[in-house]
Amino acid sequence: MAATVYMEFEKPIAELEKKIEELRSLGASEMSTEIDALQSCVETKRQEIFNNLSRWQKAQVARHINRPFTLDYIQHLFTDFNELHGDRNFGDDHAIVGGLARFDGQPVMVVGHQKGRDTKEKVFRNFGMPNPEGYRKALRLFQMAEQFNLPIITFVDTPGAYPGIGAEERGQAEAIARNLREMASLTVPIIVCITGEGGSGGALAIAVGNRVLMLEHSVYAVISPEGCAAILWSDGTKGQQAAEALKPAAQDIIELGVIDEIVHEPVGGAHRDHEATTQAMGSAIRRHLAELKEMTPEQLVEDRYQKFRAMTRMAE
Amino acid sequence: MSWFKRDKTGIEKSNTKHVKVPEGLWTKCPGCSESLLTQEIEENLQVCPKCGHHYRIAPRKRLQSILDNGTWQEFDAELTSVDFLDFKDTKSYQERINTTVAKGGSRDAVICVEGSIKEIATQIAIFDFAFMGGSMGSVVGEKITRSIERGLEKKQPVIVISASGGARMQESILSLMQMAKTSAALAKLKAAGLPFISILTDPTTGGVTASFAMLGDLNIAEPKALIGFAGPRVIEQTIRQKLPAGFQRSEYLLDHGMVDMIVSRLEMRDTLGQVLAMLTRQ
Ligand SMILES: [Zn+2]
Repeated sequence: MAATVYMEFEKPIAELEKKIEELRSLGASEMSTEIDALQSCVETKRQEIFNNLSRWQKAQVARHINRPFTLDYIQHLFTDFNELHGDRNFGDDHAIVGGLARFDGQPVMVVGHQKGRDTKEKVFRNFGMPNPEGYRKALRLFQMAEQFNLPIITFVDTPGAYPGIGAEERGQAEAIARNLREMASLTVPIIVCITGEGGSGGALAIAVGNRVLMLEHSVYAVISPEGCAAILWSDGTKGQQAAEALKPAAQDIIELGVIDEIVHEPVGGAHRDHEATTQAMGSAIRRHLAELKEMTPEQLVEDRYQKFRAMTRMAE
Repeated sequence: MSWFKRDKTGIEKSNTKHVKVPEGLWTKCPGCSESLLTQEIEENLQVCPKCGHHYRIAPRKRLQSILDNGTWQEFDAELTSVDFLDFKDTKSYQERINTTVAKGGSRDAVICVEGSIKEIATQIAIFDFAFMGGSMGSVVGEKITRSIERGLEKKQPVIVISASGGARMQESILSLMQMAKTSAALAKLKAAGLPFISILTDPTTGGVTASFAMLGDLNIAEPKALIGFAGPRVIEQTIRQKLPAGFQRSEYLLDHGMVDMIVSRLEMRDTLGQVLAMLTRQ
């Protein structure tokens, strides 16, 4: 595992852990009680910080470079993964991965956004921002899943759909819109896991599910805090203020009926323990999948329709 | 007060920002630079009689130009947005809603009606760009969904005439969900074999483009309308390049296969009448 990457608000923890390292490097055995004391101090501090994260801090956790990405979930939770490439029209978008795999031995279709960790991979994955061909690949796999009666599991983690010239020319809006319409009519179970950044339409385009699960420190909103700040205050640095206004945290969103369950993260965030995080997500998926398997194809379509149909707050 | 309504934005900027509906006696057209009687433009559905430049037009005026006898029945006019997130920027969302509603006109950014086009009864949802930039929150999504559901129930075609900056930030995640809600309703309309026509007018961007506005059996654009997913400014900042000439304009979308046709506002009623008749086998 790579070296720990601390977030700004983890400074107190970083300092304590540095001190522990120093003491350890001295190798003195009489230091061990002091180390133990510091260690428990770290744990308490971490609990305290992560129990009280602001929305802006959650956005930082959601974007953490070591947060588990789709391929990490696939590695921990699925077997026999065979990645399938391309939209059969233009190309293969590396910001979305997908393919056939087994979950608890059962064949499924798994699709998700994919980010990169080092500079080279970040560029290769286009920072997790898909072009239209990514969404069209996803749709091809969704429709294949329907054809062979396989449940669909998606992992959502993107800053948003890529805003580029080529993306516009090849119909970014059309690709997203078509996915929304077609996902609504799929006759197989769809489980959506929001694992990091749920960035607007670029996230929603693979997120029309019967069940939507969300990791504890993930965010999901109509626009990024920075984008919102740029529009409202003409100042992209007011992300903190915008994050509070947008209320993008899982705890905000569950109140509005947009998600079905919050999946807990290890203390200190998902990036600290991939095994624990992916297993927690896996057991939630297992539970919901078992429920959905009891439903007929017609019931699945109607259940999904009514779920999104009800997402309204207004005065009548 | 000057006799001439000056085009403050200038020719260059007219690419990204349309000149407001003129109030003065004379208007200098951003399309052809001619000075025209404002009344002459108004009588021509806000289209320049010299060069065909399309000014923005009020939704009810547009409805009059499309529907038989200029009449219709409105639905769901009483639905009003609420500030359920307590959203505040320079003003609170509630304050914005209240002041916009108080200005008269609509209670939200879309008007939903039933009317006939060349004797074909049709459900029409039309955006009011003057209401918070035509942005889509719960009310807009709900009203459009109800229009589609009325089309299903009455076996009528559905038309949405878009003019929108996209999803409404002040309702955050629920605005986003309107994209899924409206698109899911269109899936039902499609399965029922009923036509959906999307008319894209200046400007149609963001979450509106990335949902129902791009899902027409026919996508029809007005000339030179700005139509896109991401705003031009966002794209420029991301790629740090100048955008090509005519980028995200109707003609550019036609070239790239994203719209079926570009139709002048003056021809819209006739075109709709013809295609609706054929699609409904009349
Ligand atoms: Zn002119």
